[in-house]
Amino acid sequence: MTREDLQQELTGRFPDFTFEEGGQFLTMHVPAAQWSNIAYFLRDAPEMQFDFLFCLTCVDWLKHLTMVYHLRSYTHKHELVVKCQLDREQPEIASAAYIWRTAEFHEREVFELFGVNFLQHPDLRKLILPDDWVGYPLRKDYDDPINMIKL
Amino acid sequence: MYRETDIIQTIPGTDEMVINVGPQHPSTHGVLHLVLTINGEIVKKVEPHIGYIHRSIEKMCESLTYRQFIYSTSRMDYLAAHTNNHACAMCVEQGMGIEVPLRAQYIRVLMDELTRIASHCLWWGSIAMDCGAVTPFFLAFREREMINSIMEETCGARLTMNYNVPGGVMADIHPTFQQSVKDFVRHFRSKIDEYDELVTGNIIFQSRLKGVGKLSKEDAISYGCTGPTARASGVSCDVRKHFPYEIYNQIDFTEITHTAGDSYARYLMRLAEMRESMSIIEQLIDNIPEGDYLAKTKAVLKLPKGEFYSRVETPRGELGVYIVSEGGTTPYRIKFRSPGFSNLSALDHMTRGHKIGDLVAIMGTLDLVIPDIDR
Repeated sequence: MTREDLQQELTGRFPDFTFEEGGQFLTMHVPAAQWSNIAYFLRDAPEMQFDFLFCLTCVDWLKHLTMVYHLRSYTHKHELVVKCQLDREQPEIASAAYIWRTAEFHEREVFELFGVNFLQHPDLRKLILPDDWVGYPLRKDYDDPINMIKL
Repeated sequence: MYRETDIIQTIPGTDEMVINVGPQHPSTHGVLHLVLTINGEIVKKVEPHIGYIHRSIEKMCESLTYRQFIYSTSRMDYLAAHTNNHACAMCVEQGMGIEVPLRAQYIRVLMDELTRIASHCLWWGSIAMDCGAVTPFFLAFREREMINSIMEETCGARLTMNYNVPGGVMADIHPTFQQSVKDFVRHFRSKIDEYDELVTGNIIFQSRLKGVGKLSKEDAISYGCTGPTARASGVSCDVRKHFPYEIYNQIDFTEITHTAGDSYARYLMRLAEMRESMSIIEQLIDNIPEGDYLAKTKAVLKLPKGEFYSRVETPRGELGVYIVSEGGTTPYRIKFRSPGFSNLSALDHMTRGHKIGDLVAIMGTLDLVIPDIDR
């Protein structure tokens, strides 16, 4: 499906969601509470079939956190970026680990580096950092006077 | 003090026990720590613990300029530093709208393919060593040494090349570059047949790999596997074919896929890729166009506000660079989607039910590079 067709299809189905203008990929903003349903739809609907989650990350915007999911379909060769805005004090979103298995590791990484709590994640533990690490290093206000070198 | 309980723990009420492999273990090729749950010799569960070489490159890059951050990425996948630099330089070029001169594109692709051969050479040596054969390691290093010397001549470094800069490459190729590459390819054509004779046809080696660590096509996609690992399971995912960058769309090469999905398919995959890389090099080496090797760029690079994603096919799979820019001289957020990280997540699924010895073979054919996973 081309980018325009995909946008039209998604707008028809979800009229409330907003799309970003321009950019490299078609980008859709989804409320965090609806992410789980949307994710199942994006993977399973025959006209979508986004079977490959090739990048999962988070961006700290100081006022809020934004989850960014990059999706590709091997069948239809189209791509989509889904963004979910999260509350910075209590970031919570449904896990995608049962939908795309690769999300399990990526979500563990985001969990420890940004402090996002993934609900129903099969094994939400620290992956890279030591178990007793305090704080979320990739947040913009993280400060570590001992280990961090300011440039 | 040494306590045996730290190494082996038994799970009460079952025959299962938990043992640690690594982080200092020769077969993990770096500081990978695996916690295995085993029953006798059968692996029940593999739990990778990573982060022993985590340097938080993503956080460091947030305070480095768009010219500087590329150098830190050489330290991610140190066996394919050139392709890492390539992905980053491409992402900056894409954001700035810089047109890379044709000569630089040719040089980049040539270097990418040389890197691929060098990386696969080392992998071939180490998989054979993992399975108990020591000689191939030295043979592979002999050929890899030739590529390293070519790199040293032109880039000035053997491993962390730092040869790509936004707009092209840092310096022109060495006057003897073309001749030495041609000499290398001629030499390597005969040697790769020797590789086949020595290891591929070996019945002991085959029985160690055939039917071991099967990964179905659906699982490979779901686990986010890319590169030779996924292509051995029948997923057509070569970035060079599907999202051609530089001059890959003008080159005649085939994307090799296997359908077996076992360790042996992954082994054959990489050997075939080395031959394909040689054919790409042969097509390009005599046709490098004259001209600039570096586009004229501003002294201070500023990416416009927005998000940029670029990808290249490294020897291990798809490396994605995702930059979020706020319009300044440094990235606001940068994410490296490293191929090894996703490939490692499939390890547990592939190993369950196999023996401990097979774990080593499976890890070997995944071609894990730990700094690439930890970043």
